[in-house]
Amino acid sequence: MTAVDERVADAAVPEIGKARRRKEDQRLITGRTRYTDNLSLSGMLHLGMVRSPFAHARIVAVNTGAAQGSPGVVAVLTGADLADKQGSLPCAWPITDDQKAPNHPAVAVDHVSFAGEVVAIVVARSAREARDAIELVDVDYEGLPVVLDLEAAVAGAPYAHPELGTNVSATWVYDSDQAGTGTDVDEEIAKAREGGVIIERTYRQQRLIPAFMEPRSILVDPTGEQLTVWSATQVPHFVRIFLALVLGIPESKIRVIAPDVGGGFGGKLQFTPEEVLTVLAARHTGKPCKYTETRSESLVSAHHGRDQLQRLTLAATKDGTVTGLKVDLLANMGAYLGLVTSGIPVLGAFMYNSIYKFAGYRFTTTNVFTNTTWTDAYRGAGRPEATFAIERLMDDLAAELGRDPLELREQNWIKHEEFPFSTVAGMTYDSGNYEAATARAKELFGYEELRAEQQLRRESGDPVQLGIGVSTFTEMCGIAPSRVLGALKYVGGGWEHASIRVLPTGKVEVVTGASAHGQGHETAWSQIVADRLGVAFEDVEVLHGDTAISPRGLDTYGSRSLVVGGMAVLKAADKVIEKARTIAAHQLEANPDDLEFAGGRFTVKGTDKGMALGEAAFAAFQSHNLPDGFEPSIDADATYDPVNFSFPHGTHLAAMEVDTETGATKLRKYVCVDDVGNVVNPLIVEGQVHGGLAQGIAQALFEEAVYDEYGTLVSGSFVDYLVPSAADLPSFITDRTVSAATTNDLGVKGVGEAGTIASTPAIVNGVLDAIRHLGVKDVVMPCAPHKVWRALQAASTKGGAQ
Amino acid sequence: MTRISVNVDGVAYSDEVENRTLLVQYLREQLGKTGTVIGCDTSNCGACTVHFDGRSIKACTMMAVQADGHDVTTIEGLAHDGVLHPMQAAFHDSHALQCGFCTPGMIMSSIDLLTENANPTEAEIREGLDGNLCRCTGYQNIVRAVQQVADASAPAGASASMGASS
Repeated sequence: MTAVDERVADAAVPEIGKARRRKEDQRLITGRTRYTDNLSLSGMLHLGMVRSPFAHARIVAVNTGAAQGSPGVVAVLTGADLADKQGSLPCAWPITDDQKAPNHPAVAVDHVSFAGEVVAIVVARSAREARDAIELVDVDYEGLPVVLDLEAAVAGAPYAHPELGTNVSATWVYDSDQAGTGTDVDEEIAKAREGGVIIERTYRQQRLIPAFMEPRSILVDPTGEQLTVWSATQVPHFVRIFLALVLGIPESKIRVIAPDVGGGFGGKLQFTPEEVLTVLAARHTGKPCKYTETRSESLVSAHHGRDQLQRLTLAATKDGTVTGLKVDLLANMGAYLGLVTSGIPVLGAFMYNSIYKFAGYRFTTTNVFTNTTWTDAYRGAGRPEATFAIERLMDDLAAELGRDPLELREQNWIKHEEFPFSTVAGMTYDSGNYEAATARAKELFGYEELRAEQQLRRESGDPVQLGIGVSTFTEMCGIAPSRVLGALKYVGGGWEHASIRVLPTGKVEVVTGASAHGQGHETAWSQIVADRLGVAFEDVEVLHGDTAISPRGLDTYGSRSLVVGGMAVLKAADKVIEKARTIAAHQLEANPDDLEFAGGRFTVKGTDKGMALGEAAFAAFQSHNLPDGFEPSIDADATYDPVNFSFPHGTHLAAMEVDTETGATKLRKYVCVDDVGNVVNPLIVEGQVHGGLAQGIAQALFEEAVYDEYGTLVSGSFVDYLVPSAADLPSFITDRTVSAATTNDLGVKGVGEAGTIASTPAIVNGVLDAIRHLGVKDVVMPCAPHKVWRALQAASTKGGAQ
Repeated sequence: MTRISVNVDGVAYSDEVENRTLLVQYLREQLGKTGTVIGCDTSNCGACTVHFDGRSIKACTMMAVQADGHDVTTIEGLAHDGVLHPMQAAFHDSHALQCGFCTPGMIMSSIDLLTENANPTEAEIREGLDGNLCRCTGYQNIVRAVQQVADASAPAGASASMGASS
């Protein structure tokens, strides 16, 4: 990295594109942080949650007597106490009109549907006393049959929710023939069965846990009839709206603050039982109440991610041209529907065809209930599943045809001169250059050399085999055009809001509705505004994450912040300039059209007369000499609704070494070249890619949420759920190509999820490429040594028998 | 309850603590040193790492009473007179943090790592930080930050003094 001292950087160099060090860092590196659990209020009480050890049971009795008498205990509240106050937690994305969903109580009333569900809460003077007392709450359960396996759940009883009479929540279909975006996939498949190639596979997306580093925490201050709620959430605006809707509290009485938030990755894109219960406890006691989960509670009760069974059919001609793709998913909802649980597979529906030109396509997801922790968004949310499936299939097709996997992909992908391109899934990709990214990635990787080494190792029978994993991915980001969300039956919109205030002293305040939790919005938004308004980077202050300060917003997820929120900031800045132009023209006695604005200053064309933006702001503040009827302010708001998604893409290459004697895998080299459009801050972009890669690689090699036959999560601590450490990962070689987005003025595409989406198939393809010649066709993720070893043993046994 | 005397970030404290109190609970709840955070129950994540008599320990794995008579340095005690510790500065310069939750522990462990080995290889840095989890950065820029401090200290052979001076 080039060490750039931004303090002496040339003011003439645009801020956008500079590797600015982050404004956010100072408090985070000195410990002056305001994570929710760091906050305390006078008289504050603490909550402890009694959670069910059973995955499915009837609650026969809850005896709270001993807990009530425990030292420091103020109240013990059960489902019976709160049944008529708690409402039902919402699903904001009913994907079909006949979607089935159980009532979703914050605290279970008469039955529990997953292990970890809250059955009672204890309110005490200290967190320790609350935890002591939860041990004394005696719950009498009557066990019910559990359903855990996806295929068994679809087949019939037992039911996760017997009152629904089925485990199927909804079935949702996209068919290119019906939609008019392509041909009938069944015809394509029939043709390929006659004289082409068919690849039929079933892949398993294991269950993952977002595992943000900061456990969730909520603090509620009931001040008179108002409520202030601090929550470790990605979505303070959602929390405010749903507290109002679910608990019947006027929205105007609720203030939600997301202070410093320690990561989310989709895991904090939720309206949680714990938020509802902390609010109810605060209203019950009339005192500030805080709840902070332990890590074990977080792993068992915060929503999980992925968990799909993917049944896939790819049709191609013998020359390797892909023609049809049929996707049939079983998607595990877990026990309940959270905010966007049911929509997660649907977010993948438009991406299975990826960068390839299929003629026919059909996507079906069957959403299934089981007695497990509910699932919902986890980094990528639907798109990693899609990318994994298609990139695995393309490798399997290449193997079937004896072709180089990159060359086969290039035969089928959209060429750079074909953009904009309407896909078989109904999307319009605005821009991209897969050839450029791939060429650069191959060069950085040393593709030909590694292929040669691979060949040598195969020929010599080296116990350590080398595989080259390929993933040429795209994703849809910038969630989302509101009309599209409406068409998909999502209840909300996809716009974002921003306000810009120019203070009398010339400093600038930017309010954004995108609530950051580590992404660096304060820095990036400052760069955008500094350029647009011609003010110093240091003079821009970015405010967010508090509904009293930023009342309008739709928060941070789906790689939307820059693409949608950044555009709102840009639009607000343009309105500020136009208001200031009126003042400048008036005071300079010029026609507004004769003013040029550059470098933060209006000048009258052809003269040296001018006025700085800050002077216009001060003139508005004084209001002594403004045009007649001019509202004395140059501040402005903007709400921006994107016209299309954005489509970042990239080529990721992984060199995997597999020890055929032990099954151990080693990621020797990882190269990725991403095209995320224009870049505001390369340092932040690179950081997002690194972190995304780590999470995607972790799905491929390390992480899995595992349940036993009773529905008990046995990977319920960081001892058992393997979040990789520094020692588990190499340094990555990253680079970029740039094809600017054409559907937004910044030309940006989003980068939050790219690394995660692209890397998982690159790794697994690499593992398989190393051992496919030994007869191994699949290793189910995570590719832990014992699984690789067993796959090798099975292949060698099978080979020996033949 | 037991009375303990602990020097934390250069200030002498004498407090009554419940015997079962963890050091991290004492720091956060009794001293208000919330810069040190809690990330797990099982000593895996290292978010609560502090220095105990100059060496890193996980403050969730030590009882407060065990700190009686000892020196503890937290993330809040590293900067002096507004001047950042070189490791803090390097984390900022290398973009070695995103959400920042693991950062206090990661910085404390990184300083200790260089106390033990002033010129570590990349592999040694990665092994040395094995007890600290980060979910945001993929570790690459954290490793870079540690290398940056090691490189800056190497010519003067000053690395070893850093941990002690914190």
